[in-house]
Amino acid sequence: MSKRIDVKDLNVYYGNFLAVEGVSINIAPRSVTAFIGPSGCGKSTFLRTLNRMHEVIPNARVEGEVLLDGDNLYAPGVDPVAVRSHVGMVFQRPNPFPTMSIRDNVLAGVKLNGGRLSRSEAQEIVESSLLGANLWNEVKDRLDKPGSGLSGGQQQRLCIARAIAVKPDVILMDEPCSALDPISTLAVEDLINELKEQYTVVIVTHNMQQAARVSDKTAFFNIAGTGKPGKLIEYAETATIFNNPKEKATEDYVSGRFG
Amino acid sequence: MTAIATSGRRSALTRNRLPRYAPWASLAVGLIVGAALSTLVGFSLFGWGLFAAIVYTLVYVSWSGAVEGGRKARDKLATSLVIGAFIIVVLPLFSVIWTVLEGGIKGFLTPGFLNTSMNGVSGIQDNMSVNTGGRVLGGIYHAIIGTLLITLWATVISVPIGLLTSIYLVEYGEGRRLARAITLFVDVMTGIPSIVAGLFAAALFATIFGPGTETGFVASIALTVLMIPVVVRSSEEMLRIVPNELREAAYALGVRKWRTILMVVIPTAISGIASGITLAIARVIGETAPILLTAGFATKINFNVFSDWMASLPTYIYFQILNPASPSNPGPSIQRAWGAALVLIIFVMVLNLVARLVARIFAPKTGR
Repeated sequence: MSKRIDVKDLNVYYGNFLAVEGVSINIAPRSVTAFIGPSGCGKSTFLRTLNRMHEVIPNARVEGEVLLDGDNLYAPGVDPVAVRSHVGMVFQRPNPFPTMSIRDNVLAGVKLNGGRLSRSEAQEIVESSLLGANLWNEVKDRLDKPGSGLSGGQQQRLCIARAIAVKPDVILMDEPCSALDPISTLAVEDLINELKEQYTVVIVTHNMQQAARVSDKTAFFNIAGTGKPGKLIEYAETATIFNNPKEKATEDYVSGRFG
Repeated sequence: MTAIATSGRRSALTRNRLPRYAPWASLAVGLIVGAALSTLVGFSLFGWGLFAAIVYTLVYVSWSGAVEGGRKARDKLATSLVIGAFIIVVLPLFSVIWTVLEGGIKGFLTPGFLNTSMNGVSGIQDNMSVNTGGRVLGGIYHAIIGTLLITLWATVISVPIGLLTSIYLVEYGEGRRLARAITLFVDVMTGIPSIVAGLFAAALFATIFGPGTETGFVASIALTVLMIPVVVRSSEEMLRIVPNELREAAYALGVRKWRTILMVVIPTAISGIASGITLAIARVIGETAPILLTAGFATKINFNVFSDWMASLPTYIYFQILNPASPSNPGPSIQRAWGAALVLIIFVMVLNLVARLVARIFAPKTGR
C-alpha cells in the first residue's frame, strides 16, 4: 500500500521560468511529511510534481527524477493518469463533484473510470472510505444527498474519502485545512494521524503549529527574492526543524523573524 | 437598546427623511399635472404618460433634494431613470403581445385553423366566406409541421457540431492558433445576415443537386449556419464557468481527460448548455428570409424534409400578407396571417419557458 518517495535534483519550470530548483528529498513510507515556507516559494508546485498534476498547467515541465519505490514517475512511457491513481491528492478548497451524491462522490474514482461495481462492493468501498475519513457517522443516513450540501469541513473529509477510495500509495495534501474552521481542522488533523498508518502522507501547510502537530519530518522551502527559484533549505525531523534548526533562514521563519 | 425603541428620537446619526407616502404623492401630482400639460398640446395617452413621468421625477427628486439633501436626491433620480428605462423596454414587448393576441385570436380560434392546410383554398373560398359571412377556411397545419421539422433538423445538425466545437475551444484549444481562428470565425458567423445564410444553403444545394433544389432540408442547413455560432457561444460560456478545481479533482483521482469532460464537466454545465440550446432554437424558429430562399412555398402538408417544397410559419405569414388568396378580399388571408403570428409567438414563449425549466431540472442539487 504505502510507498517511499525519492526525489533527485528536481527542477520545475513554467515555460522558461525556473520555479523550483534542485530539490532532493527522501520521504519514508507510512510517515507524514510537512512542507512549510513563505507564499510563492514553490512548495505547492513541488507537491504537484509528485503526481504530475503540474502538467495541467500549460508549459509546466520538470527536470530530474521522482522515484516511487524506485520507479521513476518521469521515465519515458509513464502514463501520468496511472501515476495519479497511485498518488492521490486533496486540494486547498474542498471540491466535491456538485452533480453527484455523497455516495457517488466517494465512488467517483472508480465510476468515472468506467469501472463496474456490484452493489455490495460499492457499499463496502463507500463505508470503508467514509470510515477511514471519519465521516461515516455523520453522513451514513444521507448518502444519496448531494455532496455539496455538507459543511466545509465535512466536504474536505469527503474529498479525502474520495481520494482513499481509489486505494493510492501516497496522499498529497495542498493546504487541506486553510479553508476550514479550527474544529474541522482538528478533525482533519486527527484523520491525517490515522492515515499515516496506511499511507505516505505529504502535506503543504502555512500553519506551523499544524506542521508541528501532524508531521514526522518537515521540509522548509524558501525563495531568495521575486523571480528567483524556490529551493529546499532544510529537511529534518519536525522537532529538529522547530527547536534546533541548522540553517539561519529556517530559524528565522519558524520563530516568526524574517530577513 | 433604547435607541432602537425610540426610533423617532433625533440624534447625531439621524437625517431628515421623506414621508412614506412621498412616492405615491409625487406620482399623483405627476399624473394630474401630466394630464393638464398633455391636454395643452393635444391629449394622447402617450403624451400623458410622458409628461406624468417627467413631472413625477421632477417633483420627487426636488422634494427629496429639499428635505433629504443632494446625495439622496441623486439616488432617487438614478432610481427613476432606471425604472423609466425598464418601462421603455417592457412597453414594446407588451404592445407586441397585445397586438398579436388582438389580431390573431380570431384566426387562432377558427375551427380547423390548426389542423388543416391551405391545400385547395383559393380566392373563391375566401370571397365566399366574406360574402356569406361563413367561417374562413384554410389553416396552418402544413406550416406548423414545416417549422417543427425544419427546426428539428437544424437542431439535430447544429447541436453536436456546436457543442463539440465549444468543448474543443474550452478544453483543448487554450491559446492554440486553431482555437483562435475558430473563435474568430464563430464571431464572423454570428454576424452573417440570415438571408446570406439562405443564399449559401440554396447555392450549396444548387451546386450539388442542380438548380432549383428547394426542400425543407435545404432550409435546415441555412438555419444551421445561423444556429451553430449561437450554440458554440452559449456552450462555451457554460463550460468556461465550470471551476477548474473540479477538473483537477477528477485528474487527481486518475481519471482520463475525455472521461473528465464527459462525466464531470458536461454534467456540471448541462443545465446552462441545455437552456442555451433551447434559446438558440427560439432564435431560429422565427427566421423568414433563409426559408423563403430555400424551402419554396407549399400549401400542402409535407412530412418529408428531403423532397418537395415545405411551408413554415414565418413564410406563411409573409405570403398571406403579400399575396392574399383573394386580392379583392384580403381579410381572410390577413386573419390567417395574424393567427399564424400568434402561434409563432406562443412557440417562442414556450421554448423560453422550457429553457428555464430545463435549467432548473438539470441544475446541480444543493439540498442538505
